Amino acid sequence: MATKGKLEIDRERCKGCLLCVRACPVKVLAADVEPNSWGYYPSKAVAPEKCIACGNCFAVCPDVAISVYKL
Amino acid sequence: MADEKRLMKGNEAMGEAAVRAGCDAYFGYPITPQNELTAYMAKHMLDHKRVFIQAESEVSAINMVYGAAATGARSMTSSSSPGISLKQEGISYACGADVPIVVINVARSGPGLGGISPAQGDYFQSTRGGGHGDYFHIVLAPKSVQEAADLTFEAFDLADEWRMPAMVLADGMIGQMMEGVVLPQPKDPATRVAKPWASGNRPAGRPVNHVDSTHLVPEEFEQANIARYKRYDEMKKTLVRYEEQHVEDADLILAAYGTSARVCLGAMQMARKLGLKVGLFRPITLWPFPEKRLGELAGKRFLTVEMSMGQMVEDVRLHTRGKSEVSFYGRCGGMIPTEEDVLAEIRRILKK
Amino acid sequence: MELIYGHPKSLKPIQTKYCPGCGHGVIHRLITEVIDELGMQQKSVILNPVGCSIWASIYFDFDSVQVPHGRTPAGATGVKRMLPDHLVICYQGDGDLAAIGTAEAVHAANRGEKFTTIFVNNAIYGMTGGQMAPTTLVGQKATTAPYGRDPVEAGMGYPIRVLEMFATLEGTRYLARGAVNNAANTRKTKQYIKKAFEAQLRGEGSTMVEILSQCPTNWAMDPVESVEWVESDMIPFYKLGEIKDELQGSAVKEAAK
Repeated sequence: MATKGKLEIDRERCKGCLLCVRACPVKVLAADVEPNSWGYYPSKAVAPEKCIACGNCFAVCPDVAISVYKL
Repeated sequence: MADEKRLMKGNEAMGEAAVRAGCDAYFGYPITPQNELTAYMAKHMLDHKRVFIQAESEVSAINMVYGAAATGARSMTSSSSPGISLKQEGISYACGADVPIVVINVARSGPGLGGISPAQGDYFQSTRGGGHGDYFHIVLAPKSVQEAADLTFEAFDLADEWRMPAMVLADGMIGQMMEGVVLPQPKDPATRVAKPWASGNRPAGRPVNHVDSTHLVPEEFEQANIARYKRYDEMKKTLVRYEEQHVEDADLILAAYGTSARVCLGAMQMARKLGLKVGLFRPITLWPFPEKRLGELAGKRFLTVEMSMGQMVEDVRLHTRGKSEVSFYGRCGGMIPTEEDVLAEIRRILKK
Repeated sequence: MELIYGHPKSLKPIQTKYCPGCGHGVIHRLITEVIDELGMQQKSVILNPVGCSIWASIYFDFDSVQVPHGRTPAGATGVKRMLPDHLVICYQGDGDLAAIGTAEAVHAANRGEKFTTIFVNNAIYGMTGGQMAPTTLVGQKATTAPYGRDPVEAGMGYPIRVLEMFATLEGTRYLARGAVNNAANTRKTKQYIKKAFEAQLRGEGSTMVEILSQCPTNWAMDPVESVEWVESDMIPFYKLGEIKDELQGSAVKEAAK
């Protein structure tokens, strides 16, 4: 059975650079439509069921805004 | 057990004094007229299994000193006037970060590349900051090989105690001449002042230490500078040193430091033999300057003698507050005043 | 549910001043992950000079010494010689290392000083608003090269491949170039950093890891465009990989294979 994962994104740490969106191989992430208190549009797991806990999003994130869990 | 008196070159005596003070790391670069000091440290620091590096420049050397001192080590560099110019940024950083370092300047004639003969043209540079920003640091001016050794030894303690650079401002004459010297006993490292602010060796529970002169918030920076200047005020009360002879009955007081003061001592003795009432006032700490004592002597006539176009003379004028006639006699470009030259000037002023 | 990728202990959990997408954030994380793995948080010292790297001391949860621009390797020499059992990190940008501090960098490397240099190469001056750097590419625009870097007509010089230059110095032992443009390169870069830090702790040196880093703000791009520019323009010129590896540790591993 394939690995499944879960992401926790700290919306206030995220600066909306969207490098994680680019890095995700299964298109879990996209920019949120709601901004955070800084005015950034943080990354959001819009298709969380697709997450395979590969950690690519974590690897490229400059703000350590994402924590990755293995289910 | 006292040491015997040894005949030593000034540069080497300062080196030996630094080794005995427990200098952990010396970083230097060759420049005349202090190369014997660097060579002495090269041999003796390695003999003692301490750190010696001939750096790639004076700039690099002062930053190696700063880094070593930031860990709490006793660290020193030496150079001469143009090299000290290169070190001004590093000295400013050490003053801004409250890092104790020892810097020896064996001064030569300037400005620019200048010459290699002795001069006292770095007084402003040493006592007025030299580098950028609001700061002062300890400046010690020896007049002999003995005093150069003593003040170098003590510079490490003073730097540690007051958390700032201590500069020994010698000149090429003192660096090159050979005199008898009794060296101080090596300092017991256990008697060094503790440095809880240093980076490295972080014990469990100690918050992170940042050795840093950055202050980007103006309100906080102003307070930090004011606090530092309060420390300077304390130093002005306790650290001032000078030597005076025959000032009480003097019609004319010679004011001089370092080699100029040696010359003035001879000139004063010659003058006294001629019945002229001449005294000598010799600052030993150029910073903190003996402002208070000069204020007390205000009203007397002064002749400031320097190997420059006139730098300390401004402080003599300043601190006698307009109550004294202050004359100046200087030689520069590497010329050294003779006792006869100074006596002639004394006689010209006293019209005798 | 098991946490597999989380916040390093020796990195402070606070938002950084770095621009969105800036490589510094990733590099800080890689360094602190390795420090955590090596258990060296109490015995690490970072030297943070001038440029965006001045902020490093705010985010690393260990001791630091702030040094003048370009003098970082000299300061690090002083620190490491006094604390030989500590992990000493000389953290520099391209102006600090390859412009004002080239003498200090060359000579520390040549002396084989045992600290590790982390060289963040973003081909521009970031903090001061985008001036030309020694590693700016030919034709690349900067505020002081508004028509693009021109070595011929305007005498602006050529971009410097620092590691290749340093490889000629006998004092250097490990020189590697990584990037943080994508996950694969980021992971490789972490391995280079770990190898360099382990070498330092074994007493080997000098070691340097150059890391190509995106600077969206001063390249006038958005973060995704900026990593694409790293891929299209920087990596072809600044080759990734281990440029020099003469570590004893590596020789042992090779022999064991």
